[in-house]
Amino acid sequence: MVDKIETPELTGEIKIPKIEPGATSHYRPNQASEKHNNNLGFPGTRVENWQEKSIEKMDDLLSKYKSLLVYLDSCVRCGSCADKCHYFLGTKDPNNMPVARQELMRKVYRKNFTVGGSLFPVLSGAEDLTEDVMTEWYSYFHQCSQCRRCSVYCPYGIDTAEISMAAREIMDTAGIGQKYCNEILGKVMDVGNNLGLTKPALANTLEFLEEDVEEETGVPVKFPLDQEGADVLLIAPSADFFSTPHIEGFMGYAKVFHEAGISWTVSSYASEFANFGMFIGNYETMQKVATRIKDAARELKVKRVIVGECGHAWRVAYSFWNTLIGPFDFLDKKYKNPTHICEFTLELLDRDAIKVDLTANDNRVVTFHDSCNVSRGSRMGDSSGGQFEIPRKLIKKVCGNFVEMDSETIRELTFCCGGGGGLLTDELIELRVQGALPRAEALHEVMKERGVNTMAMICAICKAQFTKVLPSYGIDMEVVASLHQLVSDAIVLKGKVGV
Amino acid sequence: MGGLSALSVLFVFLSYAVTTLFIVGFLAKIFKYATTPAPLKIPTTPAPTSRGGVAARLLGELLLFTSLFRGNKWTWIGGYLFHFALALVLLRHLRYFLVPVPELVSFATEVGIWAGVLLPITAIYLFLRRVLVDRLKYISTGADYFVLILIGLIAITGLVMKFSFRADITSVKEFMVSLISLSPVNIPMDPVFILHLTLVLVLMAYFPFSKLIHMGGVFFSPSRNQVDNSRDVRHVNPWAKR
Ligand code: SF4
Ligand code: SF4
Repeated sequence: MVDKIETPELTGEIKIPKIEPGATSHYRPNQASEKHNNNLGFPGTRVENWQEKSIEKMDDLLSKYKSLLVYLDSCVRCGSCADKCHYFLGTKDPNNMPVARQELMRKVYRKNFTVGGSLFPVLSGAEDLTEDVMTEWYSYFHQCSQCRRCSVYCPYGIDTAEISMAAREIMDTAGIGQKYCNEILGKVMDVGNNLGLTKPALANTLEFLEEDVEEETGVPVKFPLDQEGADVLLIAPSADFFSTPHIEGFMGYAKVFHEAGISWTVSSYASEFANFGMFIGNYETMQKVATRIKDAARELKVKRVIVGECGHAWRVAYSFWNTLIGPFDFLDKKYKNPTHICEFTLELLDRDAIKVDLTANDNRVVTFHDSCNVSRGSRMGDSSGGQFEIPRKLIKKVCGNFVEMDSETIRELTFCCGGGGGLLTDELIELRVQGALPRAEALHEVMKERGVNTMAMICAICKAQFTKVLPSYGIDMEVVASLHQLVSDAIVLKGKVGV
Repeated sequence: MGGLSALSVLFVFLSYAVTTLFIVGFLAKIFKYATTPAPLKIPTTPAPTSRGGVAARLLGELLLFTSLFRGNKWTWIGGYLFHFALALVLLRHLRYFLVPVPELVSFATEVGIWAGVLLPITAIYLFLRRVLVDRLKYISTGADYFVLILIGLIAITGLVMKFSFRADITSVKEFMVSLISLSPVNIPMDPVFILHLTLVLVLMAYFPFSKLIHMGGVFFSPSRNQVDNSRDVRHVNPWAKR
């Protein structure tokens, strides 16, 4: 299917396109069924008085979110953000300029909540929430991956992600849900993970992994499940149990725990790090999903919570958990809770608690893709910018060949993979391919000029998205690697226990 | 108000009404921003990890337009000069309200003239960018053009008074000071001045209800004004049900 998609050509530089109005107005994700909406407490189908309900919800959100209120008021249409969104760069559709995306909501806000907008709608660009406007909303608020790149460049820090989240919550409240997110949220709340993987299935998978690693290395690395009293509860995105190259990273975590002699466990009740509650902007849902993790940590009597490689989930964990489900006073205060697996592994390496042989990765020339939500919505370590330094230090410890991509495309200026924010669904494949354009350009350049053959990353969505879309650009999916996959290949397993 | 001409009565009334509207409208907005909760920690990272760092970040945005500089150098240079000129011109105008004139304002008097010339030029530049760059044209609303035209006209009428049809500064100042001391005298019968004043009143009345409120926005923007310390200090959401 991928090869039929209109794939932009790689030109060797990231170009600002001439606008093509309406280019992607037909891109829209499938709508959620009655059941999926009801699961989350939303009306099953579009309610009769959807306009009224939507405006009511907007009013409610305006009183609850300073961000929404201030952002809707403050934009001066300076255009600083206009050419910064990967979806605009890849699709040329002007409604994918962050400011234009915001205007879709702002025009309704003006009409219903401002004096100027209700008195002089034409002058101020105010509009009612008509059927047409709702059609635009559904389409373009699902062409935003909530990556926050626009907010970096805005003189007021206006974050289009906040507006997309609000729009999605308003639509959900009116019974217009998105299938991909709502279906998955139902599963995580029912079964404990996005894949709907039951406890026996999960146990099987972990067993299989144990056999696999032992066969390959001769060392009996354990993958414990629901082990009460373990030191560490590991929360990984469920893709880590199945997908490639996620699973290679997951084996990496296990080897690190094994070598450090630290007991750990996965929980079958909270077997998901991802939290799509953020994507749909619904606080209560996000809180419910996160609460499972807290409950599991309590139940298993662990000392600390360590989390795996996932971008938006790390944002939720680092920035929101303390508010949503904190304080973590029942865990050992010696540790930062939650700890990112990269923080954990680097710390072990820094104090020589585990050994690596970096020649094991000599066949690789590695670059690092900063995941958007890690870069612009979280931190690692003790100082500002740790989310960039720690993964890089870690890569350099396990591989001798590291190359950076174009400086306009890394760290806080990184481009989203094109599949974040609840858009990682088949029916949006064209958008996903086009949205990956800026990253594909930057990657292609270092592959050509510097011999890069591996792009490491720490996000489950990035990994799934890139393995799927990079082939459209003629880039082999083997390039995509989990950061802990590199750790996994370089770590020296002695099989000894205790540090 | 005995002895005031009908026109003077009208302008005195408008001046007081609009100033009240401006102040009350502005304060009401600020109050609303200040009291609306921010449920979650959402600073755009990397962000400062201390209050002092946040103050520096905000000051950078306010005085240097740091994020805009990152985003677009052409808009930055136009926008920066425009606001800089506006600030100087406003400062210079204090000399029409204050007796005696403070030293800082006297200084601004010299530079202020050039700022007054720069203001309409930068307004035209920003206007042209809106018309000529396809992305900006797509996002500009009537209101965006309206403000630029309004401020441009205010600047031009001001310059006309300074350079061609010289206004009688003494009677203008007398009128302004009389407004402030709440004992209004007759408005100077200078058509350019009356036009200038009218446009300013329109701008002031429009201000609190428009995007011009952005000058307050940056201080209340959670992505800029929050400290990055969510793992160490628990941020409480006041409306969360737990
Ligand atoms: S948050 Fe990211 S995807 Fe959304 S508008 Fe901004 S740059 Fe585009
Ligand atoms: S950078 Fe900010 S103020 Fe400028 S157009 Fe974009 S959202 Fe509006």
